[in-house]
Amino acid sequence: MGISYIYPEFEVVRNTARCIGCRVCEKQCANGVHLFDPELGCMTADDAKCVDCQRCVALCPTRALKIIKNDCTFRENANWQADTIKEIYKQAESGGVLLSSMGNPKPLPVYWDKILINASQVTNPPIDPLREPMETRVFLGKKPSTIERKADGSLKTELAPQLELSMPVMFSAMSYGSISYNAHESLARAAKELGIYYNTGEGGLHEDFYCYGENTVVQIASGRFGVHEEYLSTGAAIEIKMGQGAKPGIGGHLPGTKIVGDVSRTRMIPEGSDAISPAPHHDIYSIEDLRQLVFSLKEATNYKKPIIVKVAAVHNIAAIASGIARSGADIIAIDGFRGGTGAAPTRIRDSVGIPIELALAAVDQRLRDEGIRNNVSLIAGGSIRSASDIVKAIALGADACYIATSALIALGCHLCRTCQTGKCNWGIATQRPELVKRLNPDIGSERLVNLLTAWRHEIMELMGGMGINSIEALRGNRLMLRGINLTEKELEILGISHAGE
Amino acid sequence: MYKRPPLEGEVRIPSGCAISAVISKDGNRFCGEGIIKSMIPMHDRSNGLGGGFAAYGIYPDYKEFYAFHIFYNDNSDRIQCENFLKDGFEIVKAENIPIKKIPEITNVPLIWRYFVAPLSSVLARLQIDEKEYIARTVMRINTQIGGAYVFSSGKNMGVFKAVGFPEDVGRFYRLDEYAGYMWTAHGRYPTNTPGWWGGAHPFALLDYSIVHNGEISSYDANRRYIEMFGYKCTLQTDTEVITYIADYLLRKQGLTLEETASVIAAPFWSTIDKKPEKEKKVYEFLRTVYPSLLITGPFSIILGFEGGLMALNDRLKLRSMVCAEKDNMVYIASEEAAIRAIAPNVSQVYSPAGGEPIIVKVKEGKF
Repeated sequence: MGISYIYPEFEVVRNTARCIGCRVCEKQCANGVHLFDPELGCMTADDAKCVDCQRCVALCPTRALKIIKNDCTFRENANWQADTIKEIYKQAESGGVLLSSMGNPKPLPVYWDKILINASQVTNPPIDPLREPMETRVFLGKKPSTIERKADGSLKTELAPQLELSMPVMFSAMSYGSISYNAHESLARAAKELGIYYNTGEGGLHEDFYCYGENTVVQIASGRFGVHEEYLSTGAAIEIKMGQGAKPGIGGHLPGTKIVGDVSRTRMIPEGSDAISPAPHHDIYSIEDLRQLVFSLKEATNYKKPIIVKVAAVHNIAAIASGIARSGADIIAIDGFRGGTGAAPTRIRDSVGIPIELALAAVDQRLRDEGIRNNVSLIAGGSIRSASDIVKAIALGADACYIATSALIALGCHLCRTCQTGKCNWGIATQRPELVKRLNPDIGSERLVNLLTAWRHEIMELMGGMGINSIEALRGNRLMLRGINLTEKELEILGISHAGE
Repeated sequence: MYKRPPLEGEVRIPSGCAISAVISKDGNRFCGEGIIKSMIPMHDRSNGLGGGFAAYGIYPDYKEFYAFHIFYNDNSDRIQCENFLKDGFEIVKAENIPIKKIPEITNVPLIWRYFVAPLSSVLARLQIDEKEYIARTVMRINTQIGGAYVFSSGKNMGVFKAVGFPEDVGRFYRLDEYAGYMWTAHGRYPTNTPGWWGGAHPFALLDYSIVHNGEISSYDANRRYIEMFGYKCTLQTDTEVITYIADYLLRKQGLTLEETASVIAAPFWSTIDKKPEKEKKVYEFLRTVYPSLLITGPFSIILGFEGGLMALNDRLKLRSMVCAEKDNMVYIASEEAAIRAIAPNVSQVYSPAGGEPIIVKVKEGKF
């Protein structure tokens, strides 16, 4: 075992009185935790391999299994906590950079949970969404600063290209490769049914999914994987990915083991080669270069597609967004530091970037101060967990929200945070055919539709309570928000008053 | 130490209200007695914390000049403000607005009236048109000269308002001595009591005036949007922001009254989707371009402007508002009783639908 030995993090608890030895757990676990011991005639488990994805627990027909946190501990130390010690052991052993998946799990402030929503009483009636119309339709894109009229005095109604959303939510970028074919199909079908959009991420667009083009945002990232003319013209919008909330300042890394078959063809790179996208776009070293890429893409698509520029929320985000708003981009997507990822260096994921709540509030205010808020729409992402998070984001100033982690959870993800291993037992973050087929796109898309239908109802209830019957009247309506347990400075940045004020 | 109570604008105060309007389509001028009378049956819709009137066509002798009505806390504010005005305007007349001392109206500030014309040299230097300069001047005085507040700034029209019940405010300003072709009135029921004269309604900018009943739920979305275009919402009231929205859409963006109505009380998407293609395109365009100027929550407003008015309810019609017409006179009020008080024989009183604009214009050349 040796000095670097790390005692298993989880303990597989099997109730032998309930276990019938059906070996379902063994078949379901790609990590090889469960084994049938023919000599003893019973199931055994190697706790060390367990990632706590709950697959075996969920499928055990007799509820004989549970996974619990191991209580074997180091001597308690508030400064040197167990995770820190274990990470040092790992690095002393391997000499490598620590890798993690999904969003930042550290106990940093979640501002959504410190913001409260208003409701009407007496002076203004709440509106009942079951009896009155309640509108959630949103258009994303550049709005003109003046109107023009034809010779006969009627309005010229041509607009810069807009994305129409039935509700202010879109599925955020997750590449084919980082997630499975079936996961992509589920997202694409749900987006179409819901009247919203999903996003290819930087892995290109599988040929089977071109039929969902009207509900697809195609992404261009620094690696330019899978980008060609037809790809650009198929999407409803094009997103230039400058950064990602989980890993600002670095590019993506998809291990060669995931670059197999269709993934390789879709990305247009050889099988088995690591897909490493550079940290910067090598044709964008400054804001004027971004403008050139924006207009190159517009030229390539005859000015018919809105261009989204996605950036990670970093310290100077307001000024960066102001630059992007003047670059010709139609939409800015801001990804907060709690956003998810298929793989990121742990240190970057956990300590680079800022919360989306503060970034969004600062950007929306800056664009208004400069009178250019109409130049762009704003999408906020990076851990939007519920309908009330969405309502708060809209009231802070977002036009729409990106969700990804919540969508994956709807598909079965249990947030075990080991996507980088490619052994996702839920068929989501894997390319192994036997695992991928566990995710049925019929069921997956239905669950996504259910989730967002439920959220839409909740958004309407919350809006109705505020006496607002259209989402436009909520956007930037910060008077509808109050802070709780926040400092003066935090309230100032969020642009809201404290509860009781 | 004494801490003065907060003024309007330092706190946001929701309020309910009564509104009324009378207009002669023939441009006949009539005194303010009728409009005062119409407010009496609606006494209980106000609580004595604000009343006011807007009168159009009352200054025919000075109709080429902007009439500034200004409240001052004291003479030093007046001197400071007048010095500021002299830099940019020719002041052809400056006077106290005549009042009648009555016990119901107390804490009276200095109330002055100026007829002014912007200096052409100043306009040339700033390269803006006359109206824009007036609007900027009003914003500047109201935000930068403490103790001075411009509450009326149009041509051949004027706003008269105070803390008190509307019928008392009307008598206080001797409105029976003015004659106009259109009058609008407002009685206020604020849910808090800062009791500041500037906070009473109508609220006006240039020749646009608004009387409004309701509490809009879209306030901060509207405010934060409109403030991008040089407006400063110093009062934190719905009426103020609605006035700026009207000014922005009508004057700066050049929309028609109907188009303005379908921005601020936009038809529901479900209604738009059923319209014929051409109309649908226009509605869709307006909602897409001005989403942040949609006003939600209950409101009935009467927007007055030179030569006419537009009355509009929120799209769910969450506030009462009725109209009637007789002998080319049009009456609009929160309650039918207000109309019957001055025109008992009107035959048909009708209730406009939510979001349906009622536009009344004086015949061309008659105002």
